[in-house]
Amino acid sequence: MEPGDLQALWLTARLAATVTGVLLVLGTPLAWWLARTRHWCKGVVAAVIALPLVLPPAVLGFYLLLAMGPTGPLGHLTQALGFKSLPFTFWGLVVGSSVYSLPFMVQPLQAGFAAVGERPLEVAATLRASPWDTFWSVVVPLSAPAFRNAAILTFAHTVGEFGVVLMIGGNLPGVTRVVSVQLYDHVEALEYGAAHRLSAMLLTFALLVLLAVYHRRARAGERA
Amino acid sequence: MSGIEAQFRLDRPGFRLDVDLTLPGQGITAIYGRSGSGKTTLLRCVAGLERAAHARLVVAGQVWQDPQSWLPTHRRPLAYVFQEPSLFPHLSVLDNIQYGQRRSLADSGPAGMSLAQIIDLLGLGSLLNRTPDRLSGGERQRAGIARALAVRPRLLLMDEPLAALDRQRKHEILGYLDRVQQQLPMPVLYVTHAVDEVLRLADHLVVLERGQVRSQGPLATALATLPALLDPDEEACTLLEGRIASVDAPWCLAEVAFAGGTLWVRDQGLRVGQVVRVQIRACDVSLALEPGRTSIQNLLGGTVEAIHGDTHPAQVLVSVRVGTQCLLASLTRKAVAQLEIQPGKTVWAQVKTGALL
Repeated sequence: MEPGDLQALWLTARLAATVTGVLLVLGTPLAWWLARTRHWCKGVVAAVIALPLVLPPAVLGFYLLLAMGPTGPLGHLTQALGFKSLPFTFWGLVVGSSVYSLPFMVQPLQAGFAAVGERPLEVAATLRASPWDTFWSVVVPLSAPAFRNAAILTFAHTVGEFGVVLMIGGNLPGVTRVVSVQLYDHVEALEYGAAHRLSAMLLTFALLVLLAVYHRRARAGERA
Repeated sequence: MSGIEAQFRLDRPGFRLDVDLTLPGQGITAIYGRSGSGKTTLLRCVAGLERAAHARLVVAGQVWQDPQSWLPTHRRPLAYVFQEPSLFPHLSVLDNIQYGQRRSLADSGPAGMSLAQIIDLLGLGSLLNRTPDRLSGGERQRAGIARALAVRPRLLLMDEPLAALDRQRKHEILGYLDRVQQQLPMPVLYVTHAVDEVLRLADHLVVLERGQVRSQGPLATALATLPALLDPDEEACTLLEGRIASVDAPWCLAEVAFAGGTLWVRDQGLRVGQVVRVQIRACDVSLALEPGRTSIQNLLGGTVEAIHGDTHPAQVLVSVRVGTQCLLASLTRKAVAQLEIQPGKTVWAQVKTGALL
């Protein structure tokens, strides 16, 4: 394996882990709100969150590039806060990937929270637990499988992204050149052997992830 | 000021709960009604799980809800036993019981019993490390009751805690509830649609119908004066509370002394002095103008107080005052006419049998 491959793999792992962490923090309250609210705008919010599922990644990347650019709203914000501009940086990729992978975090969590139901929350309230306390002592343990699945899917989905990265990150070794971009470079350079190695690794990884999710789900189904 | 004042008005599609109740601050108050009468909604309003638009709720002098204030459920010193035990599936029996205890409020009720005593009272000692999915239905409900008691509530709310259980389990839990009632001082609101639970447990009765209070009062009064309150499918009956005065072992009978006289019932290992409740079905009571030779052992002298219509036009329910108690007799209208039974007349009530509860 070339040093470039290793560097790309390490960068991809760091990116996917960071995005998973960011989305656990942001996606959990969002999913909780979606699972509990009867507000009229719930449908709108759910649709916007699901958008990355159907939108071509290049379209998403294009708009994100504009938003993060020096004249875009995100660009203004980062400048006002005294940060460098986001495009073509690692943190730019984190922001872009977080948008891109948002439904993979929110949707399993929302389903998990909904499955907990109203009753355990009411029981906890009659046992003196405040809503915050109830969330940590009852909801989180009861939706642990949903958290695990959401984290696995988010991580795996971020590993596989390409279009958004290329648009907002470009192709800077060690900064924005993730595995899928590295693979693209190999193919462009007609290095099919190297491309095979990386592809096989990613295929195996994806299969293992899905096995982890579906195997556990099947076992849980048997128990129920 | 130890009682409970509860006024709620709550509108739901096709249903309105509109009640204004003053309930005693001790003993078991049964909230009785058919399904859809609003009894569970009333209990949920008291717990703060449901928020009635127009409401005032004062428990033992503490305002839980009025137009200006609202105490959320987790700040109310209550405990709630749900119909399905609703144990937390991710916690062991012991952790379930301790969940509320660890979060007990500073203004919890009197200590009453220690955790060990509660566990012992409900017979959970050998089950503490199990998870709820490895308990039977009756064990789960016992654990649910223990969990509720462990928070040391000032008010215990129970929503048909026995409805999901079979007869045998139900009987077993009733035994535990008797012990709980004897050992703990807090008032209990007990929602049920089962007459036998009302008769066995309640001190005070509230009858709800279509979201409104149909009747309320101490149990004996409520039952004797308004027999038709109870479900028409249920037979009219009288409830007597008394003490075992003597036991006639050779004949396997026991004598119950109550405020209006004494009554022989079948002995089931009763102790002299024990307090018991006897349920007498109106169809097991007949009236005679003078005592004669009869197989019936229980003959009680009294005066006719009132005659109510019954479910069938041929039948009437006659209430007879015996001492301070009222006894219901189910007679045909024809018999009433022939014997010229009317309010004020002196009669002998012949009680064929009474069931110990």
